[in-house]
Amino acid sequence: MTRYILQRLALLPLLMVIYSFVIFVIIQAPPGDFLTAYVATLASSGSSISQEQIEAWRAQYGLDQPMIVQYWLWVKHLAHGNFGLSLEYQRPNAELIGEQIGLTLALALFSFFLTWAIAIPAGIYSATHPRSIGDHILTVVNYVGVATPNFMLALILMWVAFAYFDVSVTGLYSPEYADAPWSWGKFLDLMAHLWLPALVLGIAGTARLSRIMRANLLDELNKPYVVTARAKGMKEWRLVLRYPVRLAFNPLISTIGWYLPMLFSGSLIVATVMNLPNIGPLLLRALVNQDMYLAGGILLIYSFLTIVGTLLSDVLLALVDPRIRVEG
Amino acid sequence: MNAIEPLLSVRDLRVSFALDEGLVRAVDGTSFDVMPGQVLGVVGESGCGKSVTMRAILQLIDRPGRITNGEIRFRRDDGVVDLARLEPRSAAMRDIRGAEIALIPQEPMAAFSPVHTVGDQIVEAILLHSHRWQPGKRMGRSEARDITVGLFRDVGISMPEQRIDAYSWQLSGGLRQRAMIAMALSCKPRLLIADEPTTAIDVTTQAQVLALLRDLQERYNTAIIFITHDLGVIAQMASYVVVMYLGRVMEEGPVDDIFHAPKHPYTKALLRSIPSLYGQTRVALPVISGALPHPFNRPPGCPFHPRCPDAMPRCSDAVPKLMPVPPNQFASCFLHHEEVDPA
Repeated sequence: MTRYILQRLALLPLLMVIYSFVIFVIIQAPPGDFLTAYVATLASSGSSISQEQIEAWRAQYGLDQPMIVQYWLWVKHLAHGNFGLSLEYQRPNAELIGEQIGLTLALALFSFFLTWAIAIPAGIYSATHPRSIGDHILTVVNYVGVATPNFMLALILMWVAFAYFDVSVTGLYSPEYADAPWSWGKFLDLMAHLWLPALVLGIAGTARLSRIMRANLLDELNKPYVVTARAKGMKEWRLVLRYPVRLAFNPLISTIGWYLPMLFSGSLIVATVMNLPNIGPLLLRALVNQDMYLAGGILLIYSFLTIVGTLLSDVLLALVDPRIRVEG
Repeated sequence: MNAIEPLLSVRDLRVSFALDEGLVRAVDGTSFDVMPGQVLGVVGESGCGKSVTMRAILQLIDRPGRITNGEIRFRRDDGVVDLARLEPRSAAMRDIRGAEIALIPQEPMAAFSPVHTVGDQIVEAILLHSHRWQPGKRMGRSEARDITVGLFRDVGISMPEQRIDAYSWQLSGGLRQRAMIAMALSCKPRLLIADEPTTAIDVTTQAQVLALLRDLQERYNTAIIFITHDLGVIAQMASYVVVMYLGRVMEEGPVDDIFHAPKHPYTKALLRSIPSLYGQTRVALPVISGALPHPFNRPPGCPFHPRCPDAMPRCSDAVPKLMPVPPNQFASCFLHHEEVDPA
């Protein structure tokens, strides 16, 4: 097992090199570069800038070099832990990302736990009471949840909250706490704001997860080992939790891996709509303005999370399922 | 029959499944007795209701199935209880399951959870009914584990201390079935229901498992209901045989009488279809003509009459009752009596 984890970890740098190259090629792919986008922005606001100035900047940032050289410079800096400078903000990218990553992570994790805490019990209920009224209601709720785009849901909830309850639910803090230092009050304020975006982010995942849980558990409930356990004289709910739920859970564990980065990137539209200070809007802006080192840095973090997440779910799966642990 | 009270007495049991396509009467008026310490063989083709009957005894019928009629009287220390009246999930029923009536399921492969060790699952059974080992005292895990090791040794599993921590898929089919038997015996049940326990394992192992069951039965004097479609296995194991067809008992009697002097045309046809070592070679083996009727189209009257070589006009009008037929059997066939089953 340890050997297996070490093997996977040894592969990590190689994968990161491949990903970084792909990412760089893609963010380089649109015509023009940051300066063309910058000039366009300036022109639209009526001001202009001399061609010499632009050329000077282009040389300074190495934008006139061939792509492969630019890539090499980027990677060389990355290897030293230097994410480079944001062309737009003129600040270190690491700093920009660092400011957002805490809240992004908090939101993603909160949403993740909310998803599982709602989906798993709902799935178990549906499977143990198939075709009951409760199951039908949950089914309808689930299909609506899967079918509604989450930005749409965000807009509706914001409107409802604003129109009927007179509360503003954009952002993660009330205005008085926005720039305040951390305190208990600010934490409570954050919690009061966090649940709604977390719910919006998690709702489709919740619906999907509880459908999968229901289907898996229905399969497992028909397995002979359930009859064996019943014939032992076990209490029904204890039996269900101990045997079929445990087995129905295993396939879900493998989804944790891609769930984390998905929450990261999936939050882009919702975060923009709800004006949440997380990485989503930052990435969107960086891509629009061709702030390539910032965009590259963020995308690289996504890739890293994907790889680590997959490894994590493989390890978790091996821990809970002896069939994988023993053979692997 | 003799004067001893039966351990289990099933009377006019009916189980039906309300499917979208219609009502399937899987068990349709089955009656039989099991005496203490007796090995009762139940034979019949697939779909004849033998497994459903056994599930009904343990109240393990899954929805949409339901016991619609009949009694399942089980004798306990403190009197007789009608299992058909107990709620499937009641504490009273759970007290009997595993403790007084245990099940050896058909597929040892899937009958254990693959993510729990076999020992773990047997320990759980012992702890659930620990009062049967030490009345009035709580039992610890390590104690239950020691008992499990002992049980493994009893059922002939070598290296029981290691095997107890194995997962079911690490064991061979024979070992798995032995572990299953150990679990079934873990609470010293009075009645063991073995639902085709040897169907899924190879013939050599099958013989060993049968020998083991016979040996354990003699040692603990447990009554066994042995369900199979294999008449050879019945001949080796059972002392009394019940022959079922489409949810009804066709014939029952002591094993020797059933094999040597069958009364019911269905039993005769079943016995004719066994290949014999001493018979003529290169002759087509007789088969029972016709096919098993679809469960939605039960024939009226005697369920076997469309395939019966001796069918008479009245067989399609009335259902014959299960009546004594001299010398020792019971048969439900108008060839032997005139009694009609009213239901």
